Amino acid sequence: MLSSIPIFPAQASTFAADVDKLYFLVLGVTSFFAIAVVIFVAIFAIKYQDHSGTQVGAPIHGSIPLELAWSFIPFVISIGIFAYATVVYFEIVRPPAETLQIYSTGKRWMWRFQHINGRAEINELHVPKGRPVKITFTSEDVLHDIYIPAFRVKADAIPGRYSEIWFEPSQIGDFHLFCAEYCGTKHSGMIGRVVVMEPRDYQAWLSGSDGQPLAARGQQLFQQLACVTCHLNDGTGRGPSLAGVYGSKVELANGSGVVADEGYIRESILTPQMKLVSGFQPVMPTFQGLVNEEGVMSLIEYIKSLPAPAPAQTTTAPAARPAQR
Amino acid sequence: MTTTALPRRTYLNHEFGVKSWLLTKDHKRIGLMYLVFVTLAFMLGGLFAAAVRAELTTPAGDLWSSDTYNKLFTMHGIMMVFFVLIPAVPAILGNFVLPLMIGAKDVAFPKINLISWYVFVIGFVFTVSAMVFGGVDTGWTFYVPYSTQASNTNVMMTGIGVFIAGFSSILTGVNFMVTIHRMRAPGMTWFRLPLLVWALYATSLIQVLGTPVIAITVFMLALERGLGFGIFDPTLGGDPVLFQHLFWFYSHPAVYIMILPPMGVISEVIACFSRKSIFGYSFVAFSSLAIAVFGFVVWAHHLFVAGISPYSAMVFSFLSFAVAIPSAVKTFNWTATMYKGAIWWKSPMFYVFGFMGLFLVGGLTGLFLASLGLDVHLHDTYFVVAHFHYIMVGGAIMGFFAGLHYYWPKITGRMFNDTLGKTSAVLIFVGFNLTFFPQFILGYLGMPRRYHAYPPEFQVFNVLSSAGATVLAVGYALPVLYFTYSIFKGQAAGNNPWGATGLEWTTQSPPLPENFPDQPVVTEEAYDYSKREIKVA
Repeated sequence: MLSSIPIFPAQASTFAADVDKLYFLVLGVTSFFAIAVVIFVAIFAIKYQDHSGTQVGAPIHGSIPLELAWSFIPFVISIGIFAYATVVYFEIVRPPAETLQIYSTGKRWMWRFQHINGRAEINELHVPKGRPVKITFTSEDVLHDIYIPAFRVKADAIPGRYSEIWFEPSQIGDFHLFCAEYCGTKHSGMIGRVVVMEPRDYQAWLSGSDGQPLAARGQQLFQQLACVTCHLNDGTGRGPSLAGVYGSKVELANGSGVVADEGYIRESILTPQMKLVSGFQPVMPTFQGLVNEEGVMSLIEYIKSLPAPAPAQTTTAPAARPAQR
Repeated sequence: MTTTALPRRTYLNHEFGVKSWLLTKDHKRIGLMYLVFVTLAFMLGGLFAAAVRAELTTPAGDLWSSDTYNKLFTMHGIMMVFFVLIPAVPAILGNFVLPLMIGAKDVAFPKINLISWYVFVIGFVFTVSAMVFGGVDTGWTFYVPYSTQASNTNVMMTGIGVFIAGFSSILTGVNFMVTIHRMRAPGMTWFRLPLLVWALYATSLIQVLGTPVIAITVFMLALERGLGFGIFDPTLGGDPVLFQHLFWFYSHPAVYIMILPPMGVISEVIACFSRKSIFGYSFVAFSSLAIAVFGFVVWAHHLFVAGISPYSAMVFSFLSFAVAIPSAVKTFNWTATMYKGAIWWKSPMFYVFGFMGLFLVGGLTGLFLASLGLDVHLHDTYFVVAHFHYIMVGGAIMGFFAGLHYYWPKITGRMFNDTLGKTSAVLIFVGFNLTFFPQFILGYLGMPRRYHAYPPEFQVFNVLSSAGATVLAVGYALPVLYFTYSIFKGQAAGNNPWGATGLEWTTQSPPLPENFPDQPVVTEEAYDYSKREIKVA
């Protein structure tokens, strides 16, 4: 990946080239203005130089058309860059529907990556080439930040909530993984490598797993923590059925709605009263302290693995609510 | 004029002794007293920077321990931001020249002016003590939960220092606003005000409206760290991103506190040494106000990768592009001012040339960071470090130096060596670019900021950067020598050595304690060079 003195980073994800295109466009536009101003300043400074210091300049006070031109033209150009940059941004922050899910937690000063088949790794991340990968992650202490320059992605790891990045590796190799949010003593040691492999090699690597699949671990927790006593899959429990809830739109007691993504499920486990599902009583206790971040991730994987109820019943699972109140 | 005799009675010699300085209500003496402490802070901050650059010449973290390194860059940032950049132009030059420029005897509240200096010094002493007794390692941004939960350094004491220094900034802002409203000489209408006065007015607005927010934020941080209030810590039900919102709500406008006054200085110097009125006076004046107002609604561009919604990121990206326009307008107007001027190449003008070059790069690289798709990659890398140093050091400090060289003869009554002045301007410009330009490349390569050790392939650019820093240090040290020399051996400057317009140049140098012998009356626009016969020293 790295020659002796690189001046440009590797383009190892599908959108890296788009980010670089944007970079060169902005570089071109800004260089044009910078060079133009420098040339004008240089020409004026030399052409109108007065060694005596006693001459006066021409009585020119301004020009409204010029002012309007050099306000309006840069403004229009700015809007153009803004729009283009925003399109690229949405490409970076919006993962496709089908992704390979990986979980991660950062804590001082290491990254733990958890693959859903159970394999976990520290400060290394193995991913297959040519497949969109989504990493859902949080921090167990202070702020951190997953930054993979070769992929042009970065997001803060924030304690108490999930962040998400996605990328599709396009190049086999080893790439830097940095913590980009200052986190104390060994901040610059909180680094690692991302290993992009051929899908076949990745499968082989994954199967060297010793751990239990995440969803299975989640299922055990679901029993142990007695979630199962209220969240019945047929919708008759004291809590809403969780079958097929992942990715669906949930109607809340306060009248608003929320998409049941990883972040919402995590929040519902740790602070259940925050976004109560419409039609249910606030009877669920918090599981803060009873389940760690990895446990929460297992539970989420388990909930994701629950099949949506058959269409003969209600398709909008969360709306199927018992008659209460 | 080759005399060495100064005017008989000046603000410097009408009273003597330590007491006459420590109890003075004279805005000129207070300005000089700020100069002393800001210079001290600049030297301290510079030493910290030198220690950081020395460490970064090798990839391994081998010169300092990680903890020491983290303290060094933190204390560099805190010193430079709160005790150099924010007070440099307003508190030193603004204090000295504002009343002179508008034909006043002093600021509106001379006692409050003295109090702000004391408040500043108390804040400075607190912060320096925090550094002496172990230092602080949170980064100048004090991000939570690190600063409240994890750091075991002197966060509280530093916070108190910054909190106190903020009040100095607020008091100065209020004082300047009232002064500009109430103390203008007869005939000095708003649209005859020199542009530095407009810039100081816009800055005062930000100081008065923005600084209380950082005070409140630091106070909340103290409540959480000291008393366990759950405001920002998620385990206590708080939100760490809330801190970032509050912090940047002040700290982004604070960037404009740093850059607006130097922009005002640039307008003064460029008009004087082009012998022309500023092109588009009212556009330059109003762009200062526009920057002050828009500057308050761009804070969340520091949070593009901190978990804010993509739609709010869009809004703040758009507003950040918008705030660039008034700065562009200023730059174009300064350039146009030189057209058909009679450009006199003296040292203050050399600093303006330097400012133009560096501020252009600093401002335009801001557009890279305002671009959402690029900021994801560039955020918290050396690209950002390079960008804000181009603005704050390349722009603000260069502008301050332009002003210091321009007003030095007024302040001391003596001329400094012009050749040395130009030499130092060139050294600073070259050293600065050598230091910070490689950091743009490092940033795009992906080197994160605040790294004690880094992968070996980044070394070449880091070595270049450290080499540039030594040139920069020479450039900054040189003025200390020739300015000091000028105080003892410089030629007398006379009232108006640069042949400038403006009331401050109509009185003697150094000025009388009461500034003007009689109440000046203004009868012409600012920068009306066309009708004058110009005599220079």
